[in-house]
Amino acid sequence: MSALLDAEGISYRGGGRLLVDAVDLSIASGSLTVVIGPNGAGKSTLLRLLSGELTPTVGDVRLHGQPLRSIPPWRLAHSRAVMPQASDLSFPFTVFEVASLGVEGLGRGLSRSDRQRIALDALALADVAHLARRNYQTLSGGERQRVHFARVLAQLQAGRTVETRQVLFLDEPIASLDLKHQLALMQTAKSLAQDGLAVVAVLHDLQLAAGMGNDLVLMQGGRVVARGGSEVVLTPGRLAEVFGVNLISPAVPPSPWMLAPDRSHSAGAG
Amino acid sequence: MTVLALEQDDRRSAITDRRMVLFAALAVLLVLVSILGLGLGATGVPASRVLAVVADALTGHAATGGDALIILQVRLPRLLLGLLIGAALASSGALMQGLFRNPLADPGLIGVSAGAALVAAATIVLGDRLLAPSIGALPFSALPFSALPVGAFAGGLITMLGLYLIATRGGRTSIATMLLAGVAFDALAGAGMGLFSYLSDDRQLRDLTFWTLGSLSGATWTKVVAITPFVLPTLLAMPFLARGLNALSLGEAEAFHLGIPVQRVKAAAILLVAVAVGASVAAAGMIGFVGIVVPHVLRLMAGADHKVLLPASALLGAALLVSADTVARIIVAPAELPIGILTAAIGAPFFLWLLLRRQGGLAL
Repeated sequence: MSALLDAEGISYRGGGRLLVDAVDLSIASGSLTVVIGPNGAGKSTLLRLLSGELTPTVGDVRLHGQPLRSIPPWRLAHSRAVMPQASDLSFPFTVFEVASLGVEGLGRGLSRSDRQRIALDALALADVAHLARRNYQTLSGGERQRVHFARVLAQLQAGRTVETRQVLFLDEPIASLDLKHQLALMQTAKSLAQDGLAVVAVLHDLQLAAGMGNDLVLMQGGRVVARGGSEVVLTPGRLAEVFGVNLISPAVPPSPWMLAPDRSHSAGAG
Repeated sequence: MTVLALEQDDRRSAITDRRMVLFAALAVLLVLVSILGLGLGATGVPASRVLAVVADALTGHAATGGDALIILQVRLPRLLLGLLIGAALASSGALMQGLFRNPLADPGLIGVSAGAALVAAATIVLGDRLLAPSIGALPFSALPFSALPVGAFAGGLITMLGLYLIATRGGRTSIATMLLAGVAFDALAGAGMGLFSYLSDDRQLRDLTFWTLGSLSGATWTKVVAITPFVLPTLLAMPFLARGLNALSLGEAEAFHLGIPVQRVKAAAILLVAVAVGASVAAAGMIGFVGIVVPHVLRLMAGADHKVLLPASALLGAALLVSADTVARIIVAPAELPIGILTAAIGAPFFLWLLLRRQGGLAL
């Protein structure tokens, strides 16, 4: 099977610095890839290159075998969604309206009520359905992040009517979430991956990363220095070298929680 | 889940109903202030007579009587000009606020109108000077009026582009930079206007004063005909940007991820604002604050969705400007107040209130 998303030797230079340096990375459908690394390692830049927001200075990113730069934005929007770090809105949109932004103008053969249902289902899946009428500007950081999660889930659901092989990018998706919602979000991402979605997440929390992924990508100085399961990537030697911390084995202290085996969260039902 | 969905369906239809009520109310308001605007003034005409005269004119009957003449030749073009300009300024304000992602943008406030007025003034003064030697003494009317909207459009476009380039870095717009750059552009245009005042003769000076104060008193059918092809298409085109502007309020990257051709939406928004403001300034000079008051009031009433905000702003802006013009005509009758003074007197305190109300101040 060919890779869904394929980066071949991509580099990106910004502000006179090489932020991403000759990275090869291929992402398959149904995978959950977690990108980790210290601050300034180029994780977010890599994500922006893979999602098409930035165009690499050298090399190409291919989605479905086609260079990203040649795919128009509206088609790209059917194939991938990006959850940003929680952002401000300058206008008093309601939570429902923000989630609806994910479905407006996307998808094929969707009626008005189909779109509403997709947005509502997504809000329910992200556990913010009860906030639907609230003004987004009055929400807490964690609530905002969950609303954006709902928005990208809605976008993927609408896009699925056109393109079924999709990618979801999550940039620090759990930074301001409480424990319950951290786990719920990652659980949802995991079950979406089991349903065939490719998920690429940037995570800061190594414990959560170790518990989440059997596919970790460790970055340092713009390069990918290791990829694989946590036992391969998160070794004491590597952590000392990349993060500058000295840990005695086991490399990452055992996680205080374990993700429950799939509780059959259906991916964006509807 | 099903119960929730049903309840939400009800809520959505309630919202749709509320929007219908809003548009119906705005339409009724517009008709009422239009009838008042035609009837009130130095010569009062009762509403029934106003309707009869307009109905006669529409059905092709010759209007008879002095009041018919006043209504058809003086007040009707003025009303239409007020409607067009009010709609253009208010929806331009809403469009600029969407583009700059902040509710404090207004064509009058941050120099776009001033830039447009400056180039329009240059067209008058320099146009006269360049043409005068060859043709002899030239009356103002000899300069084709359509040259003014084009000049004003160019001025508005240059200012919009300059503001956008200065205030937006890496897809984020700084409110403070936008306001400060607007102040600078405004001052620059003011200096240019000062220079032209210095260069101009008495008649030109009167025209220039007219630009800076803003007034509908020069309304003629010629002006209405001249700016309609600029204003009407832009008003009709603006709602097509609504989805893009909604997505842009999340940020440029997020809008791109949602499939919006961001650069094209921004270019279209800048162009439409420049055309609408340019045409308005050419016909009536600088009328400020309509673009900031109207969208803000509507957001409080109907939310932030640009699909509603843009057309509703056009309706309420038209109604507001016609009302203000009616007041300007009768408040010091038989003289009249320049309408720009009136809108500024209402709008500036409103703007201060907006500044004070913003949580965390300006977020410099």
